[in-house]
Amino acid sequence: MSSTYVGTLELAAGAVLLSSVMTLWRRGVGSLVSMLRLQGLALAVVAIDLGAHERDRALLVTGGLVLIVKGLVVPALLRRVARRDPGSRESNPRVNVPSSLVFAAALTVLSYVVGTRIAALAPGVATDLAPLGLATVLVGYFMLVTRRRAVSKIVGLLLVDNGIALMTFLLTSGVPLIVELGSTLDVLLVVVVLQFLMVSMGRHSRTERLTEMKALHD
Amino acid sequence: MAVLAILCVSVASTLVAASPWRPWTARVGVVASALILGLGVQLSVATTSAPQWALHHSLRADPLSSFMVVVIGAVSLLATAFTSRTMAQEMATGVTTARYARHYVVLMQVFITCMLVAVLTANLGVLWVSIEATTIATTFLVSHRRTDGAFEASWKYVILCSVGIALAFLGTVLVYYAQLHARGPSHPASLDWTAVMSVAHHLDPNVTRVAFALLVVGYGTKVGLVPMHSWLPDAHSQAPAPVSALMSGVLLSVAFYGLLRFRAVAVAALGPGFPRALLIVVGIVSILLATVMLIGQRDLKRMLAYSSIEHMGLLAIGAAVGSPLAIAAVLLHVLGHGITKAVLFLAVGEVSHVEGTTEISRITALLSRQPALGGIVGFGLLSLVALPPFSLFASELAMARAEVDAGLWWAVAITLGCLGIIFAALVRHARQTLMGARGDAPARALAPAPSPALTALLVGALGVCVALGLSSWPLQSLLLHAAHAVVP
Repeated sequence: MSSTYVGTLELAAGAVLLSSVMTLWRRGVGSLVSMLRLQGLALAVVAIDLGAHERDRALLVTGGLVLIVKGLVVPALLRRVARRDPGSRESNPRVNVPSSLVFAAALTVLSYVVGTRIAALAPGVATDLAPLGLATVLVGYFMLVTRRRAVSKIVGLLLVDNGIALMTFLLTSGVPLIVELGSTLDVLLVVVVLQFLMVSMGRHSRTERLTEMKALHD
Repeated sequence: MAVLAILCVSVASTLVAASPWRPWTARVGVVASALILGLGVQLSVATTSAPQWALHHSLRADPLSSFMVVVIGAVSLLATAFTSRTMAQEMATGVTTARYARHYVVLMQVFITCMLVAVLTANLGVLWVSIEATTIATTFLVSHRRTDGAFEASWKYVILCSVGIALAFLGTVLVYYAQLHARGPSHPASLDWTAVMSVAHHLDPNVTRVAFALLVVGYGTKVGLVPMHSWLPDAHSQAPAPVSALMSGVLLSVAFYGLLRFRAVAVAALGPGFPRALLIVVGIVSILLATVMLIGQRDLKRMLAYSSIEHMGLLAIGAAVGSPLAIAAVLLHVLGHGITKAVLFLAVGEVSHVEGTTEISRITALLSRQPALGGIVGFGLLSLVALPPFSLFASELAMARAEVDAGLWWAVAITLGCLGIIFAALVRHARQTLMGARGDAPARALAPAPSPALTALLVGALGVCVALGLSSWPLQSLLLHAAHAVVP
């Protein structure tokens, strides 16, 4: 087992979690998108590194797909929204930034508690890193719950998705290609749908009324 | 061959519907749904002896999937029959243009196709992909009317369902991971249903436990089970009536079908205890929540939506028992609920056209002013609260008996208490809208009543519910065969 393989894998998996914690720290939409792009690239590195190590062609294809979709297309789509509204910031999150970072640390510890039990089935360099994926998922949920802006919610959803992708690569070296293709396409479509809704709602009522969400109730 | 034929019909109708909007394109879906229903019945009979495969084993139909095809066909026949009327009304009132009518027709067909793929695929991963794809298709259907409320409902719907279904994906991946390490690396692992079931006894219990919990919450989101149910009343009340009919009538059950499959895997790996405990808790809490929300409900559509949460809770408890008889009752309940709920959503959609509102307090004396429509709503509600001779009575009774046999009498007691309260609440709401004082009711209907053909279709559908309830004979052996697909 070459040390480059192990080093790259650890670095890239760490970068995925780090970039998700950074999204809690930064508030501008532009930097959120940059973090998301960094995460997409790191995820692609994980897949390609694993694929090269295991000589798994399907995983290399998946890695390329991740690079294009999560590293380039999705950030570009979000960047377009950010450009329409350059000064937009998450001005009033439900939990402030310092507390969010503390929560992120707690969630990471929690993922190690749960994740090591899952990884115990087949210990190895890759599986032992799986808790990082779980931590990314939890940070994504935290972002979804505590951030009010629509863009932040989309970013939270993508963090959840990237965390799950990281776990998939580390635990199983990727699911069968057809499932991988389907799920990547679904994610891309969800982002497009959410953007459409954001734009339509903005056009309808000028301000981003999404964050209020008060028209429908019992 | 029937498996391929079903998907071909569905895909072909999607392509035809994609041609520029003309009034006849609205009828394509009706023809397709009728064909799918017929082929589904044929497939149900054919698969009782052995499962059928197609396309190099990527499609697989056993009695359970064939039964789901029948449910999808039946409910989509009802829903698509109302397409041209709904579109004509919306175009007349300026809600829709030809462009959006075309979108609507195409998306309905895409939606139905995704559900068919979900139940006919041999692969548990593709099952996930197609259920997620239904989210995308239905989002645009929910926001079809392009009002603030519709956009808000579809935003909540996408966010909640994507997050929920992401958990189901993680659960699926963990099942795959457990399977990879179940027998040693020499056996190629796949998410193929038969491959997963063949090693299900050897899956690691720790991993499978986490996986099943994630799957229950994840698919439970799409089913409308607590704790991720809150999208359901908003989406069902904002979508056009035929869309609500399809979503409530079958989409929820198709997601539930995913749970039934994974329950079989979990039971094989963990024994019945853990899956049963999880499903019972989720089911009972869902029913309790629905009961509370139904008591003071002010809107007819939201009332129907919360009733769907109640019925999905009943299904979860039935699945928790897991005996062949319980699962057969669950499936009969899926069919009865699908037809009844579709009829009610379509009828309430007509009420909202005729009266201009779905607020319970603003609709009175419907029965004397619109006898046919009022009668359908009335009998539909009687079917929904599971009075005999409707089939929901038969299936609820069978589920309760299976629960008592399994020693879950306390669950039966709680459920019956809730059902009693729900019965009282729905009867009170029905009395208000159907009878009530005629006093300030508008003198003239805002829109013409549905055509005799459509009225007859709804009456006929309720008749089917009665027929199923009086004699489950033609279905009984099919239901038991279907149950045995997920119960050893």
